[in-house]
Amino acid sequence: MGSSPALIKRVFRFYYDGFRSMSWWGKRVWIIILIKLFIIFIILKLFFFRNFLNEKFDNEKQKSEFVLDQLINSK
Amino acid sequence: MIDVPDLTLVDWSRAQFALTAIYHWLFVPLTLGLSFIVAIMETIYVKTGLEEWKRMTRFWMTLFGINFAIGVATGIILEFEFGTNWSYYSWFVGDIFGAPLAIEGILAFFLESTFVAVMFFGWNKVNKKFHLVSTWLVAVGASLSALWILVANAWMQNPVGMVFNPETARNEMVDFWAVLFNEVAVSKFLHTISSGFLLGSMFVAGISAWYLLQKREHHLATRSLLVAGVFGLLSSLLVVYTGDSSARTLARAQPVKFAAFEALYDGRSDAGLVAAGILKDSDRKIGKKVVKDFSFRIEIPGFLSFMTGGNTRAFVPGINDLILGNPEKGLLPVAEKMRRGKVAQDLLRDYKNARAGNDSVKMSTIRKVFADKQFIEEHFRYFGYASVENPEDAIPNVPLAFYSFHLMVTLGFYFILLFCLVLFLLFRGTIAKQRWFLWILLFSILLPYVAGEMGWVLAEMGRQPWIIQDLMPVSTAVSRIGSGSVITTFVLFAVLFTVLLIAEVSIMIKQIKTGPNH
Repeated sequence: MGSSPALIKRVFRFYYDGFRSMSWWGKRVWIIILIKLFIIFIILKLFFFRNFLNEKFDNEKQKSEFVLDQLINSK
Repeated sequence: MIDVPDLTLVDWSRAQFALTAIYHWLFVPLTLGLSFIVAIMETIYVKTGLEEWKRMTRFWMTLFGINFAIGVATGIILEFEFGTNWSYYSWFVGDIFGAPLAIEGILAFFLESTFVAVMFFGWNKVNKKFHLVSTWLVAVGASLSALWILVANAWMQNPVGMVFNPETARNEMVDFWAVLFNEVAVSKFLHTISSGFLLGSMFVAGISAWYLLQKREHHLATRSLLVAGVFGLLSSLLVVYTGDSSARTLARAQPVKFAAFEALYDGRSDAGLVAAGILKDSDRKIGKKVVKDFSFRIEIPGFLSFMTGGNTRAFVPGINDLILGNPEKGLLPVAEKMRRGKVAQDLLRDYKNARAGNDSVKMSTIRKVFADKQFIEEHFRYFGYASVENPEDAIPNVPLAFYSFHLMVTLGFYFILLFCLVLFLLFRGTIAKQRWFLWILLFSILLPYVAGEMGWVLAEMGRQPWIIQDLMPVSTAVSRIGSGSVITTFVLFAVLFTVLLIAEVSIMIKQIKTGPNH
């Protein structure tokens, strides 16, 4: 069992070599993954999918009161 | 001030969620199935030491990697939608939905992400056995991830193990094991992962057939067909078996959905199972809804009673019995459930008034009532009915449930036949010569996708009008946001997912054409 810095270095080396020797499809899907994550977490989450209750209310009590109203009056 | 949702908003929100879930489910089952097939092939390689099995493992692992990478994180969007479009629902379900999804996230990240790297980067760098263990852990991790999602979904079909807290307006988990071992969760999990195994097997069988049609990679194709044939046959038998137990569970937990599968309106003993049929409008109505009748049907006498009750004399309730009630069989009419739901809703209103008046004694009393087993059983379990306008609104879309169920079941039996034929022709050594059969195998790749999507249509549309069975209708669950923004994101998703799908298919096709010699 090696020391922690040696282990970290080995793990780093493992990933580094893995990424460097990646085949064409590996590189291509990584590009797709990065673009996809950008679209999902930056564009969609920030601009289109704000949390409705968090946006509208400051605390949990207000949120629960609001939802309670919806439950009581829904028809 | 309470906003009444317009139908457009509810429908678009549902359409958006359906679109996201349907696309997500194009990627998931192949990950579930192919990961196990790759693990089986690698096990054979480690056991035998034959390089041909290593070559085969690496080839299918490449296709697994493409699908895994393209599909990863597509499910996150569903969680965004919960917070934006379904925020009342998300709040109401509380930690019951949050806990399984958090476990799923942790499992997916640590098990799959860590060991996927070993799977792809670890060839010739880690020892064979460690590599094999990593491959199996990815396979098991993928199924475990699915387990937690399905546990959350099963709770929506059959809410158990919780108590509603009027103070927070949330359901709180009081029995984790009841949620985990919810009878719907167990049958749903087994049925879903076995359908993923089946899909993975069909994928391998179809592509192997293509190689044989091209007169290429004969050895790889026939060996892969053997693995896919055996695994596919076992999976398809498991799909039918778990489908049967799943239907039995639904008959208890969601009897209206079950009756809609079979378009059974009038309950009876010695009820037959409809093997095939065509529906038409009849002259009868339940409230404003037209009752469907069969213009043609093939029925297996007594089998539906046998399936649900263990004998042909068992009574199977129909939609009429479940909506209008059947005192002889102890079935409450929906009108009575609406009354009981309103009792729970009125008590919640009393709680709100008591809180406004700082009446802590009354608040405490009402909180105790909401935790009382008898009240839960007699009133709170029908809470959602307080929001239903007419009894017939509790009927789902019968033709949709009927046709999607029967298409799924027909395909289930088709897969058994197909995998039997694969094994038969393999053992006779003539499969490469049966070009008609190879073409059928190739085009059958699409069919488990159809069956899987039909299963989800059935599970979700068959539950309507509920988002949580009997507790919350979809109309109450949807956030009052502008339908314009929902339509915009619907279009965005359609474009994004279609681009991802085209990317996946084109990279896969290129890799399949290249073959294992890359």
